[in-house]
Amino acid sequence: MTATLAAAGWRPRKPSVIPGFGLTLGFTLAYLSLIVLIPLAGIVWRSAALGWPRFWAIATDERTLQALKVSFGTALVAALVNVFFGTIVAWVLVRYRFPGRRIIDAMVDLPFALPTAVAGIALTAIYAPNGWIGSLLTPLGVKIAFTPVGIVIALIFIGLPFVVRTVEPLIEEIDAEVEEAAATLGAKRLQTISRVLLPALAPAILTGFALAFARGVGEYGSVIFIAGNIPYVSEIAPLLIVIRLEEFDYAAATAIAAIMLALSFAMLLVINLIQAWSRRRFGHGA
Amino acid sequence: MDLSIRRVRKEFDHFPALHDVSLDISSGELIALLGPSGSGKTTLLRLIAGLESPTAGAIFFGEEDASHKSVQERHVGFVFQHYALFRHMTVAENVGFGLKVRPSALRPPKAEIRRRAAELLDLVQLSGLEKRYPHQLSGGQRQRVALARALAIEPLVLLLDEPFGALDAQVRRELRRWLREIHEATGHTTVFVTHDQEEALELADRVVVMSQGRIEQVGTADEVYDEPNSPFVYGFIGDSSALPVRVENGQLWTQDRMLGLSLPGAPDGEAVLYFRPHDVELVDGCGGCIAGTVAASRRVAGTRRVELEIGGERARVEIEVPLDHRASEKSRIAFKPRRWKVFYRDGVKAAPKSPHAQAHEGRILALTGA
Repeated sequence: MTATLAAAGWRPRKPSVIPGFGLTLGFTLAYLSLIVLIPLAGIVWRSAALGWPRFWAIATDERTLQALKVSFGTALVAALVNVFFGTIVAWVLVRYRFPGRRIIDAMVDLPFALPTAVAGIALTAIYAPNGWIGSLLTPLGVKIAFTPVGIVIALIFIGLPFVVRTVEPLIEEIDAEVEEAAATLGAKRLQTISRVLLPALAPAILTGFALAFARGVGEYGSVIFIAGNIPYVSEIAPLLIVIRLEEFDYAAATAIAAIMLALSFAMLLVINLIQAWSRRRFGHGA
Repeated sequence: MDLSIRRVRKEFDHFPALHDVSLDISSGELIALLGPSGSGKTTLLRLIAGLESPTAGAIFFGEEDASHKSVQERHVGFVFQHYALFRHMTVAENVGFGLKVRPSALRPPKAEIRRRAAELLDLVQLSGLEKRYPHQLSGGQRQRVALARALAIEPLVLLLDEPFGALDAQVRRELRRWLREIHEATGHTTVFVTHDQEEALELADRVVVMSQGRIEQVGTADEVYDEPNSPFVYGFIGDSSALPVRVENGQLWTQDRMLGLSLPGAPDGEAVLYFRPHDVELVDGCGGCIAGTVAASRRVAGTRRVELEIGGERARVEIEVPLDHRASEKSRIAFKPRRWKVFYRDGVKAAPKSPHAQAHEGRILALTGA
């Protein structure tokens, strides 16, 4: 390793116009290790101590599989919904000037700041069969709170700012001239959106999707109030982990955690690879 | 395609950007809209394209009133200053875009679109770069792609908004010559906007000089350069020197001196004398000429420019002298402009006048408007 680096002309002390590389890299690594890597390694290590047969038994347990399915499934649906509406919200906030724009702009960040439990309770109160919206839907036979649909709604709430805030800067960057160029070339509005604007926004939308999805998979506080937490139906993986912990079954808890970790990492990696590819292809910013 | 702009007016939030502008452009002409920023030249171009709609007036494409047609229906090729290429598309896809978005009944087959794109890239000398993305091209190449893309839809008119404004001087000169060639090859009616007079004079069949939302003068390069019809055009096109004068009994005066320039029959009044710094004749001794003290002198390419302070009010004018002229500081130089023009202060009338040889008669022009 050192040999190849040296051969490539790499020296640790290369004079640079941006000094402090060694110091900041050292800090970054130490910090990441303390905060992220060591705890995560702990999870892997603890679950490895289980031994393969037991780990497999926990991983393939019907309740675990269902919980993972609920977690990843609802996070996926919520992220997709957020991609659609979040992009529209970002578009409106960037492109139009209207009274109250600033207030709406600030409101987008509320899910960041609000304790998630508060959000969960509030959503439950509204969507419960006797809540504002819930009471309107119950006669139609639609049940939201205490079903996976409720989880999706909570995750949409939690994930919205991620999409809006990642897509916004790119919309700001799109030159109005590009749209005008498309129009002079005869493109109808819908064609301009689908062929010119969306492809240009795709990388940011993908990032927003990844963030909202990752947040959704790990979300706990807001979901447990609205989900109803019925095993095999609306029980999310993070809750199952907590349940195992309360049963002092630490090994099972870490095993589920390790599976979630692996799945999330794999999905984020794929998304990052897609982005690296698009950056190479379309150049800066894309 | 003939273009006719008829009394077009454009206001942005009640601020007028164009005042009743009329202009006729005949088929195949190459027209430059020239003016400083804020003169309304880009607004006029965007009105022709349909990217803006006029507050009043109409724009005719041939015999047809296009004022209420959408951008898409107008069939114009528009080239933007900053290229406005689609960066997620290859060069070939950019060029083919206009054909690809046509309704399916009019859309050429894929192979045909590819063939057209290749043909146009050949025309703009970018063959072989079909698969590149815009960010892999230089500024000059991007602008060529933008032009090829605009030509792909076989536009009725080609409109270019400061097409070379973002490029460096050398590329700009090269593209200018090349645009002229393309224009001659394709014969499109072409209107381009520029603030660079050299570009306008060199490239265009006719130059439309604009200022403050009005057309000041329309003419060939020779006409606007040699016969400017307003102080603005005189000052904007080419170099000019201006000297405040007084007209009295058909003679031009500075405060205390007669300049030896006569305007028989011209009314008395305050005016400004305009001439070109290079179009002067140095004279020895001075009874009836313009004389001043050298205030500054600088070398400009093959000549020397001298700034003179004239008379008691120390008005400054610039003239060109031969390189070997001993124009030392504080020395006195006397000269006579060969061609000159006088515009009255109130802006109502202008009296052009000839060289002293009476080559032009001293007719008085009435300036309309202003």
